[in-house]
Amino acid sequence: MQFGIFSVSDITRDPVSGETPSEAERIDAIVQIAEKAEEVGLDVFAIGEHHNPPFFSSAPTTLLSHIAAKTEKLIVSTATTLITTNDPVRIAEEYAMLQHLSKGRMDLMLGRGNTAPVYPWFGADIRQSLPLALENYNLLHRLWREDVVDWEGKFRTPLQGFTSTPRPLDDLPPFVWHGSIRTPEIAEQAAFYGDGFFANNIFWPKEHYMRLIKFYRQRYAHYGHGTEKQAIVGLGGQAYIAKRSQDALKEFRPYFNEAPVYGHGPRMEDFMEQTPLSVGSPQEVIDKTLTFREHFGDYQRQMFLMDHAGLPLKMVLNQLDLLGEEVVPVLRKEMEARQDPETAKPPTHAGRVKDKYGDGPVRRPKPNANRGDNVTGGSPYQDSQ
Amino acid sequence: MGQNFQLVVVSAGTSDPSSTRLLADRVAGRVETLAGKRAQTVGTTVIELRELASEIANALVSNHIGPKLQTAITTLRHADGIVASTPVYKAGASGLFTSFFQILDNDLLIAKPVVLAATAGTARHALVVDDQMRGLFAYLRTVVVPTALFAATEDWQDNGLNKRIERAALELVALMTSGFEKTVRDESWGSYQHEYGSAGGTELTIDLDSDLMRLAAGGGTAN
Repeated sequence: MQFGIFSVSDITRDPVSGETPSEAERIDAIVQIAEKAEEVGLDVFAIGEHHNPPFFSSAPTTLLSHIAAKTEKLIVSTATTLITTNDPVRIAEEYAMLQHLSKGRMDLMLGRGNTAPVYPWFGADIRQSLPLALENYNLLHRLWREDVVDWEGKFRTPLQGFTSTPRPLDDLPPFVWHGSIRTPEIAEQAAFYGDGFFANNIFWPKEHYMRLIKFYRQRYAHYGHGTEKQAIVGLGGQAYIAKRSQDALKEFRPYFNEAPVYGHGPRMEDFMEQTPLSVGSPQEVIDKTLTFREHFGDYQRQMFLMDHAGLPLKMVLNQLDLLGEEVVPVLRKEMEARQDPETAKPPTHAGRVKDKYGDGPVRRPKPNANRGDNVTGGSPYQDSQ
Repeated sequence: MGQNFQLVVVSAGTSDPSSTRLLADRVAGRVETLAGKRAQTVGTTVIELRELASEIANALVSNHIGPKLQTAITTLRHADGIVASTPVYKAGASGLFTSFFQILDNDLLIAKPVVLAATAGTARHALVVDDQMRGLFAYLRTVVVPTALFAATEDWQDNGLNKRIERAALELVALMTSGFEKTVRDESWGSYQHEYGSAGGTELTIDLDSDLMRLAAGGGTAN
């Protein structure tokens, strides 16, 4: 089981101090948050992708490679990478580069993005969001698996003899999660390719996720990647932790009340009762998180949203101390003890290299010499014919 | 054995009792009586929107459906007939009333028979039901009975209102008896637009035989 944090990258006014951090402050803060995640023993740090204020994360691979360079064990990931408005060729290149620089300590989560005005900025149309996402991923999947790709689709310029460089580290494509809360086609695509499926689990009704995750598991088995229990599932969640639950409620309330998306809406206590939000003592957060597997089955990755709604850096770092020291160790032990033995291991580069190659040699392709025309031929690598 | 109908009254009246609720109750009472004459039984449930006001507001701004609202949605999903009644404010249906119906899934009320009713302090608002409310319920693809009910202050002393209530109630009973909703839903449900999780969270069927599903499974072209 992997535990981590994911950030939306929002730059939100702190409703208690009244201060809004600058982009520079927030970007510095996120690096410290990621480093802290490793320090307190978390496994994963993931960042969102946005192309409009008040968010800063427009270039996730730049941020993540910097974080990977400053850490040693942490897996860097996204929540999410936009598979709609990004050219799949650029995703293939950028994330393969990140994979090399992080020595395989990365994966990524794909999402569609729901902000209509962003699409035309990148030459896309939100009304085509779903077919665009599906087609783009079909291409991305090939770009990481075939040295030379001929391709033609509806949304992008055709490719003839294209090689995405660098090839994935150890010729092993980055692990992909598909994030969705209500789109069966995305669950189907995740299942078809044997990829992971992630439900952000911030908003309920959980019945929708339960049905979608069940569908993904069934289709994963249908396509022969393993049993339903072996499908790779990730869940989000959000928590605010304090030693005493009354302190947690008191400290988090002003942030909850003005949070983007659900602020100025439901009472915090109602939201806690009706959604996966935990605000309370470490034990209360543990108890609530332990219920997730009862609804969704055993899963591989639990992510928490901890740095949003204007929470100042100091509070976030304190949250991470509590999460890493008091919550996650117990969750790790309890969840692994309760887990069905059939459950798949969470995806790591080392584990996947082992699955692909066993003890055999690992492919690390070497390109043929440049012929002088700056165009690669049909067999760009020395070991491919 | 006669049919058994679930009638749901939705009232956006604010006082207790309100004339808005009173009007709806009179319709419900007549529906029960008329159905009884045909050996049909009617169970009536009332949704007082006043009690859902804060959850309705939350749902509008944050898409978060609270528990009382979820109960109301479930009740409406099982309704065989609906009486929807609102006060008129500023020449329109109460914002509470329209907000409630605006947050429902588009396909929740398909083909359900509805009586529309409104109350106001002056007869100048008389066309609000036919001119404004019908459009909302057409969008929701309900079947609104031909007789619209409207009661200004003076109508409460006028036997004409009782006659119109009688007419509307009979129209509703006739539509419920016809099985219109069942026929439409049984035979044509798939031809209406649905989203995953729509129809109050019950539309969870997944169609594998679509162009998008084929595209998801690696091939084919999208529409």
